[in-house]
Order: sequence, then structure tokens, then C-alpha cells
Amino acid sequence: MNSVSLARSRNGEAFPASWFNEKILMGMGGRAYLRSLVTPFNVLVTAILTVGLPLLVHRFTAGLGATTNLSQTQPWGLWIGFDMMTGIVLAAGGFTLSAAVHLFGVHEYHPIVRPAILTAFLGYLMAVCGLLADLGKPWNIIMAIRYQGSASALFEVAWCVMMYTTVLLLEFLLPAFEWLGWRRAHARLTQAMLGLTVLSVVFSTMHQSALGSLFLIAPAKLHPLWYSPYIFIFFFVSALAAGISMVVVEGTLSHRIFRHRLTGTHVDMDQLQLGLGKAGAIVLFAYFFLKLQGVAEGRHWELLFTGWGAWFLLEIVGFVLVPSLLYGYGARYRKVRFVRAGAIVAVVGIVLNRLNVSIIAYNWNRPNHYIPSWKEVMISLTLVTLGVIAFRWIANRMPILAEDPRYAQEH
Amino acid sequence: MKLSRRGFLQVAGIAGTAALGLKAKRAAAQSLDERGENECAMLVDTTLCAGCRACEAACAESNGLPAPNEDIDIKSVRRDTAPGAFTVVNGFAGEGHDGADRFAKRQCMHCIEPACASACPVRALDKQPSGPVIYRGERCMGCRYCMVACPFEIPKYQYDQLAPLVRKCTFCAKRQAAGKKPACAEACPTGALMFGKRGALLEMAKGRIYRNPDQYLHHVYGEHEAGGTDWMYVSDVPFQKLNFPAVRDEPYPDKVQGALGAPPFVMTLWPPLLMGLYAFSKRREGKKADEPETTHDAGRGHE
Repeated sequence: MNSVSLARSRNGEAFPASWFNEKILMGMGGRAYLRSLVTPFNVLVTAILTVGLPLLVHRFTAGLGATTNLSQTQPWGLWIGFDMMTGIVLAAGGFTLSAAVHLFGVHEYHPIVRPAILTAFLGYLMAVCGLLADLGKPWNIIMAIRYQGSASALFEVAWCVMMYTTVLLLEFLLPAFEWLGWRRAHARLTQAMLGLTVLSVVFSTMHQSALGSLFLIAPAKLHPLWYSPYIFIFFFVSALAAGISMVVVEGTLSHRIFRHRLTGTHVDMDQLQLGLGKAGAIVLFAYFFLKLQGVAEGRHWELLFTGWGAWFLLEIVGFVLVPSLLYGYGARYRKVRFVRAGAIVAVVGIVLNRLNVSIIAYNWNRPNHYIPSWKEVMISLTLVTLGVIAFRWIANRMPILAEDPRYAQEH
Repeated sequence: MKLSRRGFLQVAGIAGTAALGLKAKRAAAQSLDERGENECAMLVDTTLCAGCRACEAACAESNGLPAPNEDIDIKSVRRDTAPGAFTVVNGFAGEGHDGADRFAKRQCMHCIEPACASACPVRALDKQPSGPVIYRGERCMGCRYCMVACPFEIPKYQYDQLAPLVRKCTFCAKRQAAGKKPACAEACPTGALMFGKRGALLEMAKGRIYRNPDQYLHHVYGEHEAGGTDWMYVSDVPFQKLNFPAVRDEPYPDKVQGALGAPPFVMTLWPPLLMGLYAFSKRREGKKADEPETTHDAGRGHE
């Protein structure tokens, strides 16, 4: 289908109707396309959105008090703890992989860079949407450009999120231009890719760690096992682990779901995932060791024998050390199933860590602990769902999982 | 994808300039009178407070807040400041050294180095050199990071509003600018609230403790708490019994300084380092050019 439209745009005689059919309806025609939409998954998506989208409107017409369980002592809830903290860290696959491929010359991973970048882009958009819902006066977000509170870790986060979302948009535009057949724009953007990759690493380094720095100013509110003067280093290293693990998980999922889009490419996914497993084992083990050092440095050993200590140990042993060993075993004995299992456990573990820091172990010593309202949960679920269907819509149309061969060139 | 030397220098140059710009901003933000001796301050002597709540009423009137409910028994409920109440007086029955009731007025402490203002990404909360930590609602985006940052848990949020604001004691900055005392101090009939320069008030507080060592605790709450605050308290009852939080002595913004020092280094060191690694990997590839190509180049054959 791409060859047809490309030929047309080259000759300058594009037909809007058939362009729409080719590009948007995937060449099916209106009726067949609509029929193809009726699937159990889409029914679920429709159900979630039917409840979630009106709730999002409700948030802005009734206010934060009517939609959330936030309080004067719990100013940050699920939208910061999950959408922002988790959405951003799970998007770390984008910069991890594009740095590996474009900067460090690990070209074997080239075929999975684009899905990783698209996931990162959508993850950031989801985080930004969650943030806009959470802000009391979201229209004032532009004030961060005018009045620079540069002594604030949040200022750093805000700037880096703005900058990196722009970088991700540009990186994502590369396959979008291939899809649209805009050769000149594509060529210009290709020249900028190296610079963009450098910027993506710079911004990601700063704000993955700055998300941890946010909590440095609240030593009495965050449980001492999670509070550490080095929390920003923990956040950065765990973001690397999250990036690697997410690439494994995405690779498995997308190659299962989008098999039909992969004709003609020869990607040995097992081989790639074994390699990622090796990297993941090292990074996760380093992270485990750093977390232990955090306990040693704060002299919090005796806290490990409390209830919170058990919860902490569950996080760093069950969801950091165990996946590290799964990765190592899988990579060493070439058993890709262990690597995939390790990736899922590691992703869950990093989500758990972000929730622990921002919600669960925050205000740990207060009697009435925050539990999100059903509306908060539903709006978060809606944003995730929107991200998933956006990924599917784009991956089904644009050259994400396999590059358009007519555009392949030196990378 | 090639980057010329000129292009490389451009990237490094942009990153470096950005880093320097941020550093300069940070230096400017720290030029305050460090010990705050000349800041306007308040000394609260809890042994003199009668719990009449005239300060609450005066505060509400001065700040346009709803008048406080006068029927509450302040000794039986523990109240906290709220979006509609910048200050509250709590009573503690029979806690005094002589067995009398004690009362403690709570409000924003107006730190010398406020955590809230350092946390605010738009400087809506800002420390004035004269003392008050003021709030500019028109630029606040409602991130509520100030509430996370404040060790005294003072900033309160209007969750029920559609364009909510952070609410807290203003130290009557406008009255102060007009040469008047804050409304609460003006209303206080017992002399429990003393308004003046921080250095002089601290001396007065220590003098009282020195002259009545058996009555007063040897502790001025606010002298060192959170690096020092403009509101200070002397008491004959341990401050924990009056529901005051135990707060660390060092200024809270310092806790973030180390981490915030990193970006200039990341911005200046990362690009050349990454470009170096890139050049290295290119060179290595050039040496292997004769070897068979890897999967990513499979598409090139079609061109």
C-alpha cells in the first residue's frame, strides 16, 4: 500500500479520498474497516472510555475536591504517583535504546528502537495529561517559562519534560514522515537524529533523577528506608533498568500482536532479548547494591525488622534481586523465557518503587493513609487506555515495527 | 548520520550556555541576609497567651476570611490551619508548669530559608528580604509541591475551587509595608505576641529564659528549626506537648542543593562524552567494514 501512495505523491497527483482509504483505513474501505473494529478488546476500550472521558470533564467542571481523595496532608496522589512517576520511568526505554543504537553503535537493536521511542513519546504524553489533570490551575503551566524557580527540583522536572517531549515528538516524526511520504522533511530530520539522541540522553539523565530529587525536601514525610540523599541516583539507575525491561516486554507483546506487520523483516527477537537480559542483569544488580548502600549509609539496618522493613525487602529482593537473577540465568543459559519473566517482574518492581516513594511510604507515620478514589483510578486507567490505542493506531499504519525499506539508509 | 565538528561544537555550546544561565539564577536567589537578624519577626510567649482568640478574629478580618466560629472549645478539639483560617489557637488544659492551661497559636513560621519558596517552580511563593514569605496566586499553577516541602505543613489548598489557590498566613506583608504591625499582634491583649526585628526578639527571648530559668524551657522554637524562622516561641511546656512538629535544624532547601548542582555538569559533560563514544563506535565500525553487514542494513539492498 505504501508503494502506491508514494508513487502518487511523487507524481504530485494525490487523490484525497483514496489517500484517506490507504493511510487511515489501512486500505480496507469504510465498511470493511468499521467491521474490523468490532473486537472484544475494542469493546473493553469503549467501556473504559465511556466512563473515563466524562470523568475527565467532571474533573475540570467539579474540581479536584470532588474527584480525588487528596487532602491538606496528602497533596500528591495517584496522578502524580502513577501517571507522572511511573509513566516517565517506563518511558525510559526510548532514550536507553536510541543511545545504544545511535551513539554506542549496537546496531543489532536497530529494529526495536522505533517501538521504544513511540512508547516513550506516548508515555510522556500520558504523564503530561495526568499532570494537567492534577494541577489546580493547569493553564498557568506556561508560568514556568516566565518565572524561573530554578532552586526547585520540580522546575528541573518541568523543563526537562517539556524539552524531552519535544525531542521525542521529533524522533517520532521520522516514521510519520515516511508514512506521509514527505521525503525532504524526512531527510532533514534524519540529519538531526544524532543531535536529538544526544539531547534525549541529556534530558533523560537530568529529569529521571530529578523526579527522585523532588522528595529530598521532605525527609520527615518519606519513610527513612526510601528516603536517601542519593535518591536521585537510585531513580536514574532504576530508570535504566526500567528502560531495558520495558523494551523486552514491548518486544514480546508487539511481536505477538503485530505479527502481520512484520512480513519481510528478519528480526531475531530471542537473540535481542537475550542480549538485553545480560544488560538488565547487570543494571538491576547494581541497583540492588545501591539500595543496600542506601540502607547502610543511613544506618537503617534495624528498620528492616519492622513491617515497613518487610515491605522494603519485598521490593528490593522480590522485585530487584530476583529479576536480576532471572535475567542473568536466562542470558547465561540462553533461555529467553527467563529473560521475559525477569522483565515483567522488574517492570512491576519499578512501578512498585515509584508508588512506594510517592504514595505508599509517603506520610507513612500518619494515621489516615491516602487511598485513591475510584474516579482517580478510572481517569488514570483512561489515560493508559488512550496510550495503548494510540500505539496500536500508529503501529498499524506507520513504519514503526519495520522501517519502510525505501527510506532505509545509513544510521 | 554524520555530525560535523561545527555541528558538534554547536550542540556543546548550547548546552554550556544553558548551564551557565541556570547557575547565575541560582546564585541570585540566595542573596538573603543569612541569619535574618534584620528581618521582621514575631516572638510568641505561650506563658502569656490567654487563649482569647482575638488574633484569629483580627487575622480573618484583615485577610478577608470567614469569621472564626466562637463557640468551639479550643481545649477539646485539635484544629489545624485551613484555606479559610490562616491562624488557629489550640488549648492544652492544665499543661503549664503551674498547672494552668496553655495555648499555642499556629500559623506560617516564615522561615529564613523557606522550603516552600525553594520548591515553587514559578516563584509564586517568595521570600521577601524584609521577612514575610508571600504568595502570588496569579502565577501559581497548583502543583502543590510547597505542601510537600513545608516541614510545618502550613500551606493549605482550596480543593473545592475550580481555580484553587494555596492559602497561608501572609505575615500581613501589606500592613507591614505601610508601617503597621500584623493584625494578630495588634489585637493581642496580653502581650503574648511581640513584633520586631528578629535579632532583637531573639535577645529578648533568651533574656526571659535567663531571668526565669526554672519557668521557661531552655529552647527558643524557631531559633534553629528549619535553619531559623521569623516566628519564634518560648514556652514552659515541651513543644511536642503543644503539638509542634520536631523539625530539623538545617535549612530545608540545602537538602536539594547537591542534586540540583548536577544539571550544569550533565549539560556540559554529557554531550562531549556521548559524542566521543559515538566517534569511537564509528571508528570501530570503520575497521570492521569488510565484515558482513548486520540485520539493520537488510533494507539497503532495496534502494
